[in-house]
Amino acid sequence: MMYGFHWDLSSPLAFAWSILPIILIGLTVTLEATALGFAFSLIIGLGLALLRRARARWIAWPTALVIEFIRDTPLLVQLFFLYYVLPQYGVLLPAFLTGALALGVQYSAYMSEVYRAGLDAVPRGQIEAAAALNLSRARAYRSIIIPQAIPRIIPAMGNYLVSMIKDTPILSIVTVMEMLGLARIIGDRTFRYLIPLTLVGALFLILSMSAAAAVRRLERALPKTGIPLR
Amino acid sequence: MTDTPIIRFQNVSKRYGDLTVLDHFDFEVMSGEKVTLIGPSGSGKSTVLRILMTLEPVQEGVVELDGLSYRQPGRHGPFHASARHLHQIRSRVGMVFQNFNLFPHMSVLRNITEAPVAVLGLSKADARARAHELLEMVGLADKAQAFPAQLSGGQKQRVAIARALAMRPRVLLFDEPTSALDPELVGEVQEVIRRLAHEHDLTMLLVTHEMRFAREISDRVCFFDQGRIVEQGPPGEIMINPAQPRTRAFLGAYLPETSTG
Repeated sequence: MMYGFHWDLSSPLAFAWSILPIILIGLTVTLEATALGFAFSLIIGLGLALLRRARARWIAWPTALVIEFIRDTPLLVQLFFLYYVLPQYGVLLPAFLTGALALGVQYSAYMSEVYRAGLDAVPRGQIEAAAALNLSRARAYRSIIIPQAIPRIIPAMGNYLVSMIKDTPILSIVTVMEMLGLARIIGDRTFRYLIPLTLVGALFLILSMSAAAAVRRLERALPKTGIPLR
Repeated sequence: MTDTPIIRFQNVSKRYGDLTVLDHFDFEVMSGEKVTLIGPSGSGKSTVLRILMTLEPVQEGVVELDGLSYRQPGRHGPFHASARHLHQIRSRVGMVFQNFNLFPHMSVLRNITEAPVAVLGLSKADARARAHELLEMVGLADKAQAFPAQLSGGQKQRVAIARALAMRPRVLLFDEPTSALDPELVGEVQEVIRRLAHEHDLTMLLVTHEMRFAREISDRVCFFDQGRIVEQGPPGEIMINPAQPRTRAFLGAYLPETSTG
């Protein structure tokens, strides 16, 4: 898969410069996996959080079990499960999608806790006012509760975003060639690991720091009282 | 005021664990009547309102509003009623809370139009027109675009009253509407409630510790103690010459003119 690329081993700098294009291709895969995985975790996490809060115990209780199960098993186990077990039952997903899904599922369990904490922090009086105005439960969530929970959950979500970025190298195990996987291959071919791995480390540092900064800016930009949806 | 009861409690008991809040409680309110509930804290006054608003279920007894029983036979869950049934009951009742409970992320206008649009199916334009009328009525016509955080306590409570009225309830419940206000802001809220009481055929239940105000606006005052109504009647009687020693002791602390002898 390295055909067409040439590395220049004449000096460390020249080597770094020559492998940068390959590593940057890996970076786009890292970014795409994070974006898709994070989107999955936001959606699945919200679903889990709402089911967990359902009045009916036969819904809430199994959901709690599922969340606990996901949280307490390693990401790698879940990834292998999706990658090796699902195909046996006829579900064949591309490796990239499988990887993003594994990230999304694992983080959805954390996300559901973030949502839960945010939803619980909305004062009881708000929910009572919604009931007194005869808003349905679904409408109360949409118009009153979730909008007020959002400013409370964004900081915690930001932490998980950064954390997920740093978990993406695990996808290299199921053949998704993101940054780390490519760096390792380059190292294997050239027997020079220092430069490619340092390069990847530096890119992760930049990525994590800019994500954290973006989240802080978002936090400041949003009104503290809540974001009306519609 | 008419002679048909719109609210009826019959032998209602309400407990929180070991604590009995309402004890075989009977109570009726006529359509259009303005009733004030007074009494020491923990005597069950607010609980009556919260039950009527379907914020609290009851364990025993019958509660009816406008002929609708709160519990449905054969239904389970804390309320023994379907969401649809609760929806029907709530469509007839509104509530004004001690702490206003305005939606902080919405403008005043949106606070008032949200439910009429979502629940009554009004068009946004109609809901806004109606909201402006109501804001005019509570003296806040210029605050439609403001957010709750920009308002004083008295203004917030007046918005909350407008918001409750926008749903056109038949019964409006006031749960200590002026207790959370700075003293100088109490008057403006009382003025709005007073006008409502005098100009509308709305049925009103008011829990308050403002005895003079209670006397001014109510057709009937009920004195609560330990989950029961100890004494009730027209404010002129109850507040000037209470028959029960407990009522006398309670009112003596608030009204110098109540005879304590």
